[in-house]
Formats: sequence, C-alpha cells, structure tokens
Amino acid sequence: MTFWEVFLQQLFNGLLIGAFYGLVAIGYSMVYGIIKLLNFAHGDIYMTGAFTGLIMLGFISAGIANPWLAIVISLVLSMVLVGLFGVAIQRVAYRPMLKAPRLSILITALAVSMIIYNAVLLLTQGQARPFRTGLTGESFYLGALRLTETRVVLLVAALVLMFLLHMFITRTMYGKAMRAIALDRDTCQLMGINVYKIIAVTFFVGSSLAAAAGMFAGVYYGTVHFFMGFLIGLKAFTAAVIGGIGIIPGAMLGGLLLGLLESFATQIPGVGTVWKDVFSFVFLILFLIFKPTGILGRIESERM
Amino acid sequence: MKYKKITTQISEILISRFDKFFSNKINLTSTLILAVAFLIFIPMVGSRFTQEIMTNMFFYIVVCLGLNIIVGFAGLLHLGYAAFIAVGAYATGILSAVYGINFWITLPFSVFAAIIAGLAIGSPTLRLRGDYLAIVTLGFGEIVRITLRNIDITGGAIGLIGIERPVIFGIVLNQISHFYYMFFILAILAIFVSYRLHDSRIGRAWQYIREDEDAASAMGINVVTARLYAFIIGSSFGALAGSFYAAKMTAISPESFMFLHSVMFLLAVVLGGMGKIPGVVLGAVIVTLFPELSRDVGQYRMIIFAVVLLLLMLYRPQGIWPEKRLSSTKE
Repeated sequence: MTFWEVFLQQLFNGLLIGAFYGLVAIGYSMVYGIIKLLNFAHGDIYMTGAFTGLIMLGFISAGIANPWLAIVISLVLSMVLVGLFGVAIQRVAYRPMLKAPRLSILITALAVSMIIYNAVLLLTQGQARPFRTGLTGESFYLGALRLTETRVVLLVAALVLMFLLHMFITRTMYGKAMRAIALDRDTCQLMGINVYKIIAVTFFVGSSLAAAAGMFAGVYYGTVHFFMGFLIGLKAFTAAVIGGIGIIPGAMLGGLLLGLLESFATQIPGVGTVWKDVFSFVFLILFLIFKPTGILGRIESERM
Repeated sequence: MKYKKITTQISEILISRFDKFFSNKINLTSTLILAVAFLIFIPMVGSRFTQEIMTNMFFYIVVCLGLNIIVGFAGLLHLGYAAFIAVGAYATGILSAVYGINFWITLPFSVFAAIIAGLAIGSPTLRLRGDYLAIVTLGFGEIVRITLRNIDITGGAIGLIGIERPVIFGIVLNQISHFYYMFFILAILAIFVSYRLHDSRIGRAWQYIREDEDAASAMGINVVTARLYAFIIGSSFGALAGSFYAAKMTAISPESFMFLHSVMFLLAVVLGGMGKIPGVVLGAVIVTLFPELSRDVGQYRMIIFAVVLLLLMLYRPQGIWPEKRLSSTKE
C-alpha cells in the first residue's frame, strides 16, 4: 500500500473508533459537568449496552428478516433500557451521596462499576460472545479507500447521534437546565428547577449514548465481552480531558481526536497495537501537564 | 431507616467501649504484649498453611498502611496501588535476578523507582482536582501491566524467576517461618511509622487538608506539596512491601499486581476506617482471612466485596472503627 492509502485508511478507522470514544465521553463529561463525579461505572454501562443490544437483536431478528431494521429496533430498545438502568444506578447509589465527601462518592462509583463488571462476568462465565448481525459485510472501494457498508453506516449513525445530542443540549429546556445546573446547582434549585429530575435525565441520556456506542462496537468488532468497558472508560476520560471536561462539544472533539491519534500511532514503528494504550495514556498525562483545561476549556476558578 | 438507626447505635456503643478500653494505658499495653506474644509463638505450633496465611496477612497490613497514608490521611483516591507494589517488586527482581545484586542493596533502588513513578503520576495530576488522581492511577495500573508483559527485561507474561533469597546475619531466609517473622517485623515497623507520620507536622497538615482544603491553604499549608508528599511516601511504602514480596516469592509475574488487588487493598482501608491505624489493620485482617474461612465463596468473592464496599459507602462511610474527628458536624 502506498503512503496515501495507509493514511486514508487510518483516517477512516480513527474517525470511526473516535466516534465511539466520543459517544462514551459525552456521558462521562455530562455527568462530571452536572455533579462533578467521575463515573467509573460508565465504561461498564457501555459494556451493558453491548450485551443488551445483543440480547435484543436475538429476539428481534427472529421476527424481522431485514438485518438493518432489526439492528435499528434493537438499538433503540437497548438505548432506552440501558438509559433507565443508568437512572436506576443514579437513584440507588449516587443520589444519597450528593452531599457526602467527594472521596465517598468516588468509592461508590468504583463499587458500582465492580458490581456490574463482576455480575456480567458471572453471567457470561467469562466467555466472549459473538455478535451476529446477519450483515454481509461486503466491501467496496472509494478511490483508494476500502470500505464496508457497515462501517460507513456506523460512522454516520454515530455522528447523527452526536448531532441530535447537540440539538438536545442547545435547543430544549432540559438542555438549558443541565447547563444551568453545571454552573450553579444551588441557585438552580432556588429558580424552581427540579434538580434531581434533571440529573436523572442527564444519566438517562449519557447512559443511552454509551449503550449505543457499545452496540456499535459489537456490530463493528463482531464480538462482545465483559471487560470491553474497562479500557474505554479510561479512553473516554482521556477524550473528555482533551476536549475540556464538562464541555459536551469538547467530549465529541476529544473523542474523534483521540481515535485519530491512536489510529495513526499504530503506524509508528515500535508503537503498534501493543503500545497503543500506553501512547494514549502518555498523551493524557501530557495534556494534564500542559493544557489541563482541554482544547475548548476556559480557565475558571475551581470550587471544591 | 429505623433498622439503620438501631445498628448504628449498637455499633457506636461497642466502638466507644472499645476506644475507652484502649484509652487506658495498662489495658492497652497488656493487650499489645499478649497479642505480640501470641503472634511470636504461632510459627512454633502452627502448620505451614497457617503461617502462609498469616504472612500474607502481615503483607496486607504493611500495604494497607501505606495506602492509608494516601487515602486515609490525605483523602486522595488511589486506584493503582498494586502497580506501585509491582514497581518495587520488579526493581528488586530485575536487580537481583538479572544483575545478581544483594537483596538489601536493591531496597533503595526500589524506593527510588517508586519516587520517580510517584512524581510522574502525582505532579501533573495533584496540581489539578484531587479526583483526577483516581482515574490517572487507574490508568497507570493498566500501563504498568501492559509494560511488564511486553518488555524483555521483566520476563514478559511469564515474569521473573530466580530472585535471590535475602541473607541476614549469615542466615539465608528460605523457610516460611523466616518470612513470617520478617513480615511480622515489617508490619510492626509500618504501624510505628504510621503513628509517627500521623502525629507529625506533615501528618497534621494532611488531615487539615482532608477536612477543609481552603482553610488549610489559607493557613499557609502548601496543598499541592503536602499531597505530593503523601502520594510519594505512600507509594514508597508499597514499593518496599513489593521488594520483600519479591524476595519471599522468588518469582513474580504481572498477574500478581492487577487492578483487582488494588481494589482489595482499598476495600481493606475503607472497611476498617480510613485514617484510623488500628482500623486499617483490622480491615487488612478481615480482607485476608475472610476468603480463607469461606473457600466455597470462590467466584462470588469479588462481587461480594463490591457490594460490601457500596453498602459501606451508603450506610457507614467512616468504616468499622472510625477515627475520632474533632469536627463531625461538617457535611
């Protein structure tokens, strides 16, 4: 392959992986923005989304022959279910801790993450499960770029979800309330905003986007396993920091950028796929040293 | 809610009885002498298996006291503590197995490696919000695992073998009872150092920062430096424990230092009572002995630990045997 072919191929791969990172990072960043919690369970929610999608697909593809229609229906169902799951976690574990010391709520998040992780580990007996979609996966060429129909649709779908979220945040009352709570929770309460309800909505939206990303990853890789959420939780945090944590367009941008960086890093001699994760971690540390507010972040006084 | 109140009251009464009993100097010394005497006699009567478990328990006590400096004293969440133990263990392992250097000479290198790693992770993150540290240490744990598996000098996934036994006063430490006494002494040292740190100037600064960062900063405490000290001292504790662990096992592999172990250490610290030294020791004892007492729990162990951790946070965040705080009214 010539240089340009490799370049284009990695560009496309990077965008696709980056879009998955972005979708997960959005939920991470939204939750951080609104209640200042690093939600360790978010990667596990992504994993739950992949498994829920797989189960839904199993039911639905029995009745519907068209694979794309089956995938869309099970995607919507899994987004709703996992969204509700996220709300339930928030209600049981995080809401009682909102006024507790920060260390306690972080440990709570860790415990929730471990419960989900180990529950899925026990339920699947630690086996990876094939994600059968019934798609043919035929490839075609766009110039020098080899693509499959599936990949193009996944990338477009991820970008559409990001766009819809952007509209939701900027054009609806819920979005406005979220942004207001991120600025000052106590004042919002005085202004008559139902803060707990908005926090629940935030968890619903964040979790369902993570679920969508999980299902996309299932379709893309063709297999799902219980530990798929661990690394992506770290990557989502890195993406959120790159874009500026708490800023939603930042999370999308950070995700795409991290995906591209990783994708090109695999081409550097000596990095390869083995050191790819180390590379992105080093990148996180560099960002924390030189630009901790992220690309889109503003410098603001921190209130602990 | 009512149930919660009753259990809280019962435990409060028990804990206050306990504290009262131990606040008496004579009670305290006699209990301690009895306990030490009992522990010294164990290798003479106990089986190999008992000694092995007890040695592991002492190892946990040392490690958890180190983690307690970071989590309990300074109030920072550390999720990659096993990685720092790995740093120490591998520093000793490589120097001993590859270069054939005497065990005791590797110890300063082990601490040095931990300081370097602590600075690399701590200095960029501790300047920012304290909770960034949690996720960066989590990432560091993963990075250490990947690195250990993929470079040659650490022996890759198989690990290092042939780490030399330490020699002390001409005796080669190669029996389980030797290591029992070695880790017993280490645990006592760790308890002593923890108490001294707790009451030192920097120790009081940590507790002040933990309780109220802004007020501490206003009183002229350099918050970032103090936290960095906590992080590095705690990490060095872990690295030293790791060196001794490597000497005991003579073979180490990346699988001994996983995220799962970091979580176990954290659970022990939180369970016993963050910041309270006897509480942390108690937590370490419970976490090591519980799986031995109930072998059939097996695969459900981690999920049980996770549920315990969640319930603790929801209903008793201060742990079983909490530290008495001067101000308990603050949210």
